Amino acid sequence: MTETVFDLAAAPLRDLNGRLHALPEQTNETSWVLRNPQGRHAVAVGVDRPISVRIEGHVGYYCAGFNSRARIEITGNAGVGLAENMMSGEVRVQGDASQAAGATGRGGLLVIGGNAGARCGISMKGIDIVVRGSVGHMSAFMGQEGNLVVLGDAGDNLGDSLYEARLFVRGAVKSLGADCEEKPMGEAERAILAGLLDRAGFAAEAKPEEFRFYGSARKLYHFHVDYADSY
Amino acid sequence: MEETPKSPPRWSASFDPHTIAYIQRAASTGIYDIRGFGAKRKLPHFDDLLFLGASISRYPLEGYRERCATDVVLGTRFAKKPVVLKTPVTIAGMSFGALSGPAKEALGRGATIAGTSTTTGDGGMTPEEREHSATLVYQYLPSRYGMDLDSLRKADAIEVVVGQGAKPGGGGMLLGQKITERVAGMRNLPPGIDQRSACRHPDWTGPDDLEIKLEELREITDWEKPIYVKVGASRPYFDTALAVKAGADVVVIDGMQGGTAATQEVFIEHVGIPTLAAIRPAVKALQDLGLHRKVQLVISGGIRSGADMAKALALGADAVAIGTAALIALGDQDPALEAEYRKLGTTAGAYDDWQDGRDPAGITTQDPELAARLDPVKAGRRLANYLAVMTMEAQAVARACGKSHLLNLEPEDLVALTMEASAMAGVPLAGTDWIPGAGRL
Ligand SMILES: Cc1cc2nc3c(=O)[nH]c(=O)nc-3n(C[C@H](O)[C@H](O)[C@H](O)COP(=O)(O)O)c2cc1C
Repeated sequence: MTETVFDLAAAPLRDLNGRLHALPEQTNETSWVLRNPQGRHAVAVGVDRPISVRIEGHVGYYCAGFNSRARIEITGNAGVGLAENMMSGEVRVQGDASQAAGATGRGGLLVIGGNAGARCGISMKGIDIVVRGSVGHMSAFMGQEGNLVVLGDAGDNLGDSLYEARLFVRGAVKSLGADCEEKPMGEAERAILAGLLDRAGFAAEAKPEEFRFYGSARKLYHFHVDYADSY
Repeated sequence: MEETPKSPPRWSASFDPHTIAYIQRAASTGIYDIRGFGAKRKLPHFDDLLFLGASISRYPLEGYRERCATDVVLGTRFAKKPVVLKTPVTIAGMSFGALSGPAKEALGRGATIAGTSTTTGDGGMTPEEREHSATLVYQYLPSRYGMDLDSLRKADAIEVVVGQGAKPGGGGMLLGQKITERVAGMRNLPPGIDQRSACRHPDWTGPDDLEIKLEELREITDWEKPIYVKVGASRPYFDTALAVKAGADVVVIDGMQGGTAATQEVFIEHVGIPTLAAIRPAVKALQDLGLHRKVQLVISGGIRSGADMAKALALGADAVAIGTAALIALGDQDPALEAEYRKLGTTAGAYDDWQDGRDPAGITTQDPELAARLDPVKAGRRLANYLAVMTMEAQAVARACGKSHLLNLEPEDLVALTMEASAMAGVPLAGTDWIPGAGRL
């Protein structure tokens, strides 16, 4: 296994993404280190190879967007839309993530070491997101599928217009959005939560029983005039 | 006592029979009306424009003999692989979910015969439509239903949908009866529930973010594919300028007559501006930026014929897109289905319950029995025929105006029949040199 170092201060982003996309399926360039991202947008987007990419520094918008199969780690903070529409694989940011982290993700695991901004997990469609800190308002808005685990607190309107995504919060929830309600945590949910804490590497610091579980009240699944206030 | 003669019953213009029925319906159901089709009220439209044709000062081309080219290339600004069309009429985005599988296949077949493109829609790309569409535009919508990396790479172009003419500012709704297992699976939702499509993109707001979003999509697809930005017509000058600033290759403007699969009636009839009013401001924005014909402009919303297409091109569009007309060409509103339309409380030509999934023509449905009624090969052929007629009509008009390419049509070839159309389209009222409000947007 060779380690490929790419310096974004020395070569353009286009070269980086182009090279990552052009890797053959059986590449032996399976380990990448990206230096000097300097807040650039669209770093390591659309990667579809089982490689690992370590980004040393801060990234701008949409880092690891549409990620498939790759393991991407960011040592700094990430801008808007981290790992948006992730298909599979794993994305980790050691610092904070801005708004819409994991937006519309279809699969894979997103781990945020710090806090996440507003709309974390918006329209999530199967992705698992674990946030060590807190998440901002409107997180998991219209969440369809997948799991959002928050070790800290959640802002206003958590899970507004939620479909079938599962939300686990350890700290305080400022308010729940329309059609989101607390539910008893069953064995199945507890197992999912324990598995995610373990995969994220937080099992030692957080226990499933410290969390509360939120899901869809399913009252907005069919339009009804008596719920018009909720729309 | 002599009886005073009674005046005959008089209908109110304000409270006309349609309005009265609307109030009665609202009172009895408590739910607003959701329907398909586009705006049904009368609006200033292409019918209010005429071509001048050649005269002593202009010189026509020989019909059927002298060449009038129709090819257009979309995406010449940044894309390494622009979209090449044989004729400047494309099939607009209509979702699998709103439409049946056979209907999507038929659209692909018809467009492919005609040498033009089709477009996916909310809900993602189906293998059938990819297979049967030589050129397929993949929509990137706020809902991101069915959005995935493979489809992005299989697409020939990407259309970022900001809005639709039928409902600028509105999201979507697919009613539960159309959410079958397959549709639900593609959208990661439980079957049978009403499914809302978001009205705003989840991970960008405003033109500066959009620019970064387009950069991301270009990076993902290695700058190969043209990126279109579609907006509903409301502020076409600014929306065009902002889409261009954000880096669009193609701007798509959909006027308020634009069709929809399911939208609140109030939205369809009362939000947005007519297609006719949107073209000149969009063209002006491109001209002001020095990018007219470099960033291409696609116009949709109520395009029905070669004449409409030619008029849109003359006003400065590079191509048009059709939705409703394409469905009619496939077999929607077929008088042979009259008995079934009657059972649904409507009549051929007025059927607009595209949201409810019981389409007797098998087009706007997910019911397997109804969908099986549509033969995708025959329906595709009908669409190809219709596209050929539109193209030939546009050529006939262009030749009469002395143009050897459809894109050589120009506003000077047009006059308006009404003051409204004259002001909106920026062409003189017929018989005058007067354009009300000329020079203003
Ligand atoms: C059945 C149906 C479904 C549609 N679905 C979508 C869609 O998924 N995404 C979109 O951007 N527009 C959608 N539209 C709008 C069309 O793309 C297009 O803007 C419109 O139909 C053009 O106007 P016309 O119908 O008068 O030709 C749909 C229209 C119809 C009729």
